[in-house]
Amino acid sequence: MKATRVGYWRADSVEAALGALRSAAGSAQLLAGGQSLVASLNLRLADETNLIDINGLTELEGVSDEGDRIRVGALTRHRTLETAPLVASSAPALAEAAVLIAHAAIRTRGTLGGSLAYADPAAELPACMVALEADIVARSADDRRRIPAESFFEGLFQTALAEDEMIEAVEVPKAGPLERQVVLELARRSGDYAMVGLVLRADVEGHALARSRIAYFGLGAVPVLARGAMSALEAGDLDAAVAALAQDLDPPSDLHASAEYRLHLAGVLLRRAVARARAEGGST
Amino acid sequence: MRLDWGNPDRPNSYIGRSVPRPNAARLVEGRGRYVDDIVLPRMLHVAFVRSPHAHARILRIATDEAQSAKGVRRVFTGADLCDVCSPWVAVLAHLKGIKSAPQHPIAVERATWTGEPVAAVVAETRAAAEDGAALVDVDYEVLPAVVDMETALDPATPLIHPDLGDNLTFQRLHEKGDVDAIFSAASHVVEATFRTGRHTGVCLEPRSILAEWNPGERQLTVYHSTQAPHMMQSVLAKHLDLPESRVRVICGDVGGSYGIKVHVYPDEVATAAIARVMGRPIKFIADRTESFATDIHARDHRITGRIAVDENGKILAIDIDDLTGIGPYSVYPRTSAIEGNQVVNLCGGPYDFQTYRAQTTVVLQNKTPTCQYRAVGHPIACAVTEGLVDMAAEKVGLDPVEMRRRNLIADDAYPYTSAAGMKFEALSHHRSLEKLVALMDYKGLRAEQAQLRERGVYRGIGIASFIELTNPSPFMYGIGGARISAQDGCTVRMDPDGSVVALSGVTEQGQGTEAILAQIVAEAVGVEVGEVRIITGDTQTTPYGGGTWASRGAGIGGEAALQAGLALRANILEVAGAMLQAKADTLDIRAGRIVDSNGGIERMDLAELGRIVYFRGDTLPRELSREMVATRHYITSEYAFAFTNGVQASWLEVDVETGFVKLLKHWCVEDCGRIINPMLVDEQIRGGIVQGIGGALYEECLYDGDGQLLNANMADYLVPMAAEMPDMVVGHVETPTAESALGAKGAGEAGTAGAPGAVMNGINDALRPLGARLTEMPFTPERVLRALGKLTK
Ligand SMILES: Cc1cc2nc3c(=O)[nH]c(=O)nc-3n(C[C@H](O)[C@H](O)[C@H](O)COP(=O)(O)OP(=O)(O)OC[C@H]3O[C@@H](n4cnc5c(N)ncnc54)[C@H](O)[C@@H]3O)c2cc1C
Repeated sequence: MKATRVGYWRADSVEAALGALRSAAGSAQLLAGGQSLVASLNLRLADETNLIDINGLTELEGVSDEGDRIRVGALTRHRTLETAPLVASSAPALAEAAVLIAHAAIRTRGTLGGSLAYADPAAELPACMVALEADIVARSADDRRRIPAESFFEGLFQTALAEDEMIEAVEVPKAGPLERQVVLELARRSGDYAMVGLVLRADVEGHALARSRIAYFGLGAVPVLARGAMSALEAGDLDAAVAALAQDLDPPSDLHASAEYRLHLAGVLLRRAVARARAEGGST
Repeated sequence: MRLDWGNPDRPNSYIGRSVPRPNAARLVEGRGRYVDDIVLPRMLHVAFVRSPHAHARILRIATDEAQSAKGVRRVFTGADLCDVCSPWVAVLAHLKGIKSAPQHPIAVERATWTGEPVAAVVAETRAAAEDGAALVDVDYEVLPAVVDMETALDPATPLIHPDLGDNLTFQRLHEKGDVDAIFSAASHVVEATFRTGRHTGVCLEPRSILAEWNPGERQLTVYHSTQAPHMMQSVLAKHLDLPESRVRVICGDVGGSYGIKVHVYPDEVATAAIARVMGRPIKFIADRTESFATDIHARDHRITGRIAVDENGKILAIDIDDLTGIGPYSVYPRTSAIEGNQVVNLCGGPYDFQTYRAQTTVVLQNKTPTCQYRAVGHPIACAVTEGLVDMAAEKVGLDPVEMRRRNLIADDAYPYTSAAGMKFEALSHHRSLEKLVALMDYKGLRAEQAQLRERGVYRGIGIASFIELTNPSPFMYGIGGARISAQDGCTVRMDPDGSVVALSGVTEQGQGTEAILAQIVAEAVGVEVGEVRIITGDTQTTPYGGGTWASRGAGIGGEAALQAGLALRANILEVAGAMLQAKADTLDIRAGRIVDSNGGIERMDLAELGRIVYFRGDTLPRELSREMVATRHYITSEYAFAFTNGVQASWLEVDVETGFVKLLKHWCVEDCGRIINPMLVDEQIRGGIVQGIGGALYEECLYDGDGQLLNANMADYLVPMAAEMPDMVVGHVETPTAESALGAKGAGEAGTAGAPGAVMNGINDALRPLGARLTEMPFTPERVLRALGKLTK
């Protein structure tokens, strides 16, 4: 199969890219790592379009310290999340998640902004954003706004981004001293999209988990916050938390797993994640 | 002359050494030449419109819009090719009662599986051809599809080919001894139903063909990624109505085949027919999606098996009922009945028992046609047999290794005829098993397993003994009427510089055939291996042969090369004797030099001999024969097949909370007779094991109730990948066949034959304390959890 025909233009500044995006009025798309977009063009799943290549825009790349938050540029590669010390110390879930994405070659090109904008329901990074209460910084030719991750993911491959907006960066609150972050997933083969995955964040003191947030991926159209399980955990009842998943989650059945199996795995992962958080928190 | 196999320091001793492949550097440097790399003047590309329905009547095909699209040169429907290409029916005379319907290169009235070609669009580029294909408008009347093989023969099920009278392609019942009497009297009988998942061999290089008709020469030249150039020559000649001599098939580098590329595909024949009509070179390269939908599938079986054993665990009888669905047509020319036939031939194969009943029922369905894929029928027969043997061992209370010790055919029992009627020249089941047990430290592993179980860790050991059919004689296809050669030939030639060229009828598809041929020829002639160049894959230049399938390259092609090399050596020595005024039998050729056999003193190098023969022939005695070329052919005659044997073991862990199976280690001890290149044999075994593991754990072509293939892509069809593969330890026992001087049997399919059974037994061993058993492949985590009763819906 030969790829869909596309136009190509390489932007030399963020402003130029945003200007082009606006004037294209829906007939153009940003090209970041290309690891999702180019694959869909190659499979003729995407319509004819014009690509605005933002790979040269280094100001969109990198991780910086912003006091109580870290800022990660949209063009930051998955590989950088894996290796950057600031990520490891302030938002370790991102580093742990990045390693689970595909294979090294793909991680070297694929970007954070691309992953969030693409909004694959089985992707790791969108769930991290939701669990860690990150803000997505969206920018258009004449505006910049911060969108809380929870309201950014609107549906299957759908986000709150307007047609003329790009993701500029994300801002992630730094992990506090008691905070533990765990990312676990189950995939048939390493590098595959997960059948089920979760991101857990909680302050761990002894056996107790406070401020816990659990975001699942691969279980719905968007990353799913398991609210019932979160409050059960708050109350210290892991069994109740696992039981609550039946209400929190409504997983799909597909070729790779039935809904029942996915729900079962969600419970297994929750127990494992809590056990690890407690162990890392120094409790037994 | 005979080679002194016992002496590893014999001169020119390449046979038995891990010589690197001569083509490896070229291929890893990206300088291979695959069909898609070939560009001919005036070449066009073809893309196919494929049926979106599993079964549909083609009412009308509107081609106008496509015809006038940019870059499109011509559009063909099935009817357009009827005059240039005759349909084929894939039956063989020795498969009694087999029937199939005439198959056209492009569907004429009805499409019978999703993916069947219904029109072809020829254009300047593949992209333009695809754009054109999207504009072809086909009116279909959707017909009910036959999807489930279990109900394919029910009276209420529609007929796929009404002219055939039913949906049955082939049925065979083999019976030896009084099976029912043994079963009713036996101390123990166990029974189980097994399923193997329909899957396919995913080649890195897709199916590829480039066909060129030269009206001036009236010759069709076909560049083809194939395993059987001469078979394709014959098929294309027959159906395009050309003399065989006017069809030349050239097969360059091939990026994997696994049996996928040994069959006749409608789209490939259509490409050749279109080239004939248009008088222009036409290229067709399958893309990944059409590969999944149109490459042959395999192994879609449901097998119910019973085994009867006495109180000591001695096997008394086996009873097998096999059902397989093969798609809408038997595949040409080898037929799609062979796999079921192999299940009948191979079940129980390693064991000493003589009461046996096996039936295979081969039915039609509206899915992708199935046919021979690496280790045809073996993984099915092995898994069923080894599954039953383990269940019987459990019933009697025997350790699986002890159960096999009691039942494997004794190493001194040969020649031996199995209950299925297979004749074994010499096998080494017991030696292989003992070697395996030592290699893996069986006792140690059992102790570790027991310890871990106490901590809630469920590990299992799975053992699977197997036999592998290699070096087939004409009894495989030739006697059935197929023009598929069981014989193979090799021509070996010395050029003036003393280097050697060998042309062989067997082919290279990435497994290293050319390396072993070079080793054999180098040793046989007496030159350094780097001085030998191998040419394969050209029907106009190489000796006639069968190509590469059923693990025949080394055993058949290798023996022909050995004999041709030895003949050339004798010719050279005769000339050398005349030049040196010595008796030929006092001379030898070592590392490209004529030496005294006694003492090895150098007398002359081959380049000097070549110079005189080719340029100063006047100085040689007039009557001296100076044939610097020799051709030999080889065919097996004593045994229909050279069987090999071996045993595999899998060590794995099942996560009983998630159902995930983690493979920890895998062992295989095999006996392929004389080993020509240990490294290549090991890699064949390893690669074969990986493909077997694919069938056991990952690979399955999934269909919905309407016959739609749901996972025709690399994201949803899971091939085994490196990260999940266990370390593999390969050991060998060598029992050369006495039929040939080389003594080599095949090794290409042993890994695939035994791995699924070993993995299945390992999983069931791990889960035994929990009372769960799995017999349906692939063993997905969800199936494991269902077997454990952890999912209820
Ligand atoms: C074999 C394979 C396996 C994979 N496995 C996984 C996996 O396990 N988990 C996982 O999460 N991902 C996986 N991926 C996807 C990978 O993570 C991609 O990198 C990611 O989804 C998209 O990032 P990208 O930079 O490549 O974006 P592109 O492919 O370049 O773009 C994707 C979409 O995002 C838009 N976009 C890109 N950047 C921006 C921006 N700054 N603002 C607004 N829109 C933007 C594009 O216009 C496009 O619509 C896999 C990919 C492959 C090829």
